[in-house]
Amino acid sequence: MTHAPKTAAAHRWVARFDRGTDLVAAARAARAAGFAQIEAYAPLHLPGLSAAIGFGDRASAALALGGGLLGGSAMYALQWFSVARDYPIDVGGRTPAWPGLLPSTFEMTILGAALALVAGMLVRAGLPRLHHPIFDIPGFESASSDGYFLCICTRRATDAQAAREFLRAQGSVALFEAGPAWEPAKP
Amino acid sequence: MSAGAADGVLVGQPTFSSIAETIGDVVLARRAPRWWRRAFLACSLLSALFFGSIGYLFSEGVGIWGLNVPVVWAFDITNYVWWIAIAMSGTFISAALLLTRQAWGASISRFAEAMTIFALAIAGLFPIIHLGRPWFFYWLAPYPNVMSLWPQWRSPLVWDFFAILAYLLVSILFWYLGLVPDFATLRDRARGRGAQLAYGLLALGWRGEARQWQLRHNAQLLLAGLAIPLVVSVHSVVGLDFATGNTPGWHSTIFPPFFVAGAMFSGFAMAMTILVPLRRAFALEAFITDRHLERLARLILAMGLVLAYSYTMEIFMAWYGADRYDIFTTVNRMRGPYAPVYWSLIACVVVVPQALWSGAVRRSPWVLFGIGIVINVGMWLERFMLIVTSQHRDFLPSAWGMFFPTVWDWAILVGSIGFFLWLLLVFVRLAPVVSMAEMRELVASRGAPR
Repeated sequence: MTHAPKTAAAHRWVARFDRGTDLVAAARAARAAGFAQIEAYAPLHLPGLSAAIGFGDRASAALALGGGLLGGSAMYALQWFSVARDYPIDVGGRTPAWPGLLPSTFEMTILGAALALVAGMLVRAGLPRLHHPIFDIPGFESASSDGYFLCICTRRATDAQAAREFLRAQGSVALFEAGPAWEPAKP
Repeated sequence: MSAGAADGVLVGQPTFSSIAETIGDVVLARRAPRWWRRAFLACSLLSALFFGSIGYLFSEGVGIWGLNVPVVWAFDITNYVWWIAIAMSGTFISAALLLTRQAWGASISRFAEAMTIFALAIAGLFPIIHLGRPWFFYWLAPYPNVMSLWPQWRSPLVWDFFAILAYLLVSILFWYLGLVPDFATLRDRARGRGAQLAYGLLALGWRGEARQWQLRHNAQLLLAGLAIPLVVSVHSVVGLDFATGNTPGWHSTIFPPFFVAGAMFSGFAMAMTILVPLRRAFALEAFITDRHLERLARLILAMGLVLAYSYTMEIFMAWYGADRYDIFTTVNRMRGPYAPVYWSLIACVVVVPQALWSGAVRRSPWVLFGIGIVINVGMWLERFMLIVTSQHRDFLPSAWGMFFPTVWDWAILVGSIGFFLWLLLVFVRLAPVVSMAEMRELVASRGAPR
């Protein structure tokens, strides 16, 4: 994740693109060129962009499954405890008569899955986080309407120079370097 | 996804900036249009009527309604089932269209989800206010208490509690997840400090990172998959509220699917009723096109046929089951004191929607608007008929009675509609009625210029 300004040694270059296809191509090329820490910003879900920066989501479905199992089994356990242990009512030997316990169990399975899924999604997406250094880039507000940005973060100054050269070669329309404030870089 | 713009899902050549202007700036405009202010005033008065009536109800008790023995459920539960049915379709529409990759779903899903949440919130009030002692409604929830009592887990009323709880929360999550990037757009476009702060908080700091989009996309797909069985289960449980009783006319295994079909039907009709004036008022014809309304009309027609089949099967099963009380109830519905209600509902729900076979009707927005209203009136009458006729003729003629609504019955029904519209009016001023993020995806997938 690009929360890097904490590490003072990190160099960050951000390029702006006018088209989503350019951004996806640049992200792919950056990864192929060996830059490890890259992040891409777009105003819409671009298919292939997260794969281009090397992010794969394998955990969402597992989180939903886990949350669902937890919610459902907790609900069933609560009902079972209530009717079979704490307050059993023996009518015709039909304690605990499990089929009647299933609808509530089902509802809480779905709720558990949804809550785990969304909570997990927020945590993994780094949200909520109301401010982020990337917002300081001049013009970054267009990232929520029609701007596309690619950020490359490097540790060494020589790599930073390479990142800058790389981004310039990708046809970006503007280039910024991270500092105390983001300054547009001189071409 | 259908190819090209020729399928009428987008009209004209919307670009990314025109999306933000047409959809987003409606929200950010400082001054509301005149029609909005007038409608807001009218709906505020109706909402005051709603809450005032509920206040009076709480102070006086359910005796202010026309309830009696044998008719112990009437407008209260009719309203409940009616509202919850309207609430069923919104999340279903957006979830089903998302999962089946229907491009035309993108522009109506936001609004349909809002409709779901507001209708569900109102529906949830009715089971509480119909209680004789509404302040004890929390006894439905399991919690450690000095009485050492538990809810009756096998009662559909308790299932209802959990079903509504789950449905409300899942619908809100689904809706909010869709809204987050749009709140970020509003945050970045807002000029006033207050709007920037408010939308900044609501956007949770959304940055539009590739991983954020990917995670949100996956979460939406999974939530959609979870929501569809949930929708079906919620209204099935409402059907079971009736079917588990041994009252003639209710005690039938057809009820859960029959209720689900009725819910979809009335929800689609309500979506139509609101979409037609909404797109006109906000000049959103480029995004909510005639094509959308035409598709929705087809869904209404299909669900109406399922419902007509269910009515036929109810009659058939009464005859086939040969239970004299069931047969009496069925005949009494058609020829008894509430026969005008029965035949009105058949006209509204079975006869009028047949007009949708005609392509010309499906392409006339204001005719569809009218049909939507007729259907929802019919669906309200259907629930009233179902609930009241089964009770007013008890097993013994000595226990027969009639239900007549009082002014408070009407006040709460009309007030609830006013409050629903009030919530929608507030919503259209505070959040984009069409998802800008989905619209960008739609425009990008068509290769349109930005």
